[in-house]
Amino acid sequence: MGFLDTLLGRTKPVQPKLDDLFALPSAAITLQASSGFTPTGSGSVCFRSVEGKTFSDVESDVRDLLNMDAGKPGGGLPVEVTRDSYGYTWLVSSHLSDELDALVTDLHAVNSALVDNGFGPQLLCTLVAFRDERERRLALVYLYKRGTFYPFAPLSGQERDNALEIQIKNALADDLKIEQDLTRWFPVWGAPGM
Amino acid sequence: MARTRYAPDRGLTVRMTVTMFLLGLVFVAFVAAIIGILTAVHASGAAIVLVALIFGGGSAIASLFYSDKIALSAAGARVVTPQEAPELHAVVDRLCALADMDKPRVAIAPTRMPNAFATGRNSKNSVLCVTEGLMYHSNLTPEEKEGVLAHELSHVAHKDVQVMTVASLLAIVAGLLVRFAFYSELFGGGRRSSNNNQGGIPVVLIIMAVSVVVYAVSFLLIRVLSRYRELAADRSGALLTGQPSALASALTKVSQGMSRIPNEDLRAAEPLNAFYFAPAMKLTRGGGGGGGGKSLSQLFSTHPSLEKRLEQLAKIQRELGQPTAGGLSAGPGD
Repeated sequence: MGFLDTLLGRTKPVQPKLDDLFALPSAAITLQASSGFTPTGSGSVCFRSVEGKTFSDVESDVRDLLNMDAGKPGGGLPVEVTRDSYGYTWLVSSHLSDELDALVTDLHAVNSALVDNGFGPQLLCTLVAFRDERERRLALVYLYKRGTFYPFAPLSGQERDNALEIQIKNALADDLKIEQDLTRWFPVWGAPGM
Repeated sequence: MARTRYAPDRGLTVRMTVTMFLLGLVFVAFVAAIIGILTAVHASGAAIVLVALIFGGGSAIASLFYSDKIALSAAGARVVTPQEAPELHAVVDRLCALADMDKPRVAIAPTRMPNAFATGRNSKNSVLCVTEGLMYHSNLTPEEKEGVLAHELSHVAHKDVQVMTVASLLAIVAGLLVRFAFYSELFGGGRRSSNNNQGGIPVVLIIMAVSVVVYAVSFLLIRVLSRYRELAADRSGALLTGQPSALASALTKVSQGMSRIPNEDLRAAEPLNAFYFAPAMKLTRGGGGGGGGKSLSQLFSTHPSLEKRLEQLAKIQRELGQPTAGGLSAGPGD
């Protein structure tokens, strides 16, 4: 953000970075090899809805687009739409666990639809869920504004497995752009799609 | 290409630039006048000017440096951890991620009045403080609370504490000069000035007169600037959440709540007024029905009138709701 924008108090909404999301499928292979976590096949996009009909039209168009090949081979389940208690909307896309490419394509379709309609700044994060054989839960969270990932490993209640998160961070350091500022690793308790 | 529906408000930018330019102009004129006075007669007043500059500059730097601590202790607020206030932290986390900014510390003040403020000298040291009244005792919905927080985060992003400190430096120095000149005249300044006076007017008196004028003008300009900064924070906050009408209804509710608050609270809150979400001291009368005449109290107010703020938010709402084909907004009407 420029000095002038700050001085004049006209900070602009930040446009999302989309490209780094595509590093996910290859990172998932590394993750499986190094720590035994496999994708569950579900992932979600979280964005802040804008009031008014224009945005809700865009929202329902995206849903229709993703549902078009639901049920077909590789098409996954119909998307699930949830509104969380903070007012954010989560679009959950569910595929088979070996269809991470298709999942990422779905997530990207949501991103591009919002960006194309001028609502790119509303994108908050995207989340892809993993499990290991001990049924431990893990999500890789992609921060749109930073173009970075961080691991989120919720335990029961509102606790995080920080040791596991650090371990995952180190395992993926070469494959993904990991968020280095730990204060930005905010918890997404009860995120749909985990 | 990504289109944007977030067109900057050119009118507001221009008005703010003009205000800052005028403040700078007053500053330059002030310095020139002081130097002029001091060179025209012997530098007898130099000591006073120097002392005022050092004191004024020092106090401005100190207040900037300790702004977070001063404001927190004035409000009796306490910084809370994510464990203590998980909901509040979660909202701030999300807004900061949306805005791509460093997360400020979060504090809660034990005040019944629903309000919030943000302060701190830089993004690493800023604090976002909400009152218990806003968090637990108000009838604000979660979305309206989020709007208030987004407004405060915009103040942080716009570095309003720094901007307003620099802007008020001039008024502080001018105000100190008036006082110093007055005292030096009172306590034995008469001897010195009688040596240097030209046409019977002592130097100190001239400095005092210039300072009074500068103080008055810069005071008004600072208030104008403060009102524009509030509008800018409203605007950025509404764009951040995408919910201008939630912010508008929060404003309405908080302003209404203000009138029901006992006086003790208001007096305690007054020094922080400039950084609050809504003015804790009611200087504006709110009436007038949008008619032309600006009242005097409006001129001195740190915050724009509720009508003005709601009007701007309604405009943002229209801009956000424009159909995609329309693309960019047609620009501000005025």
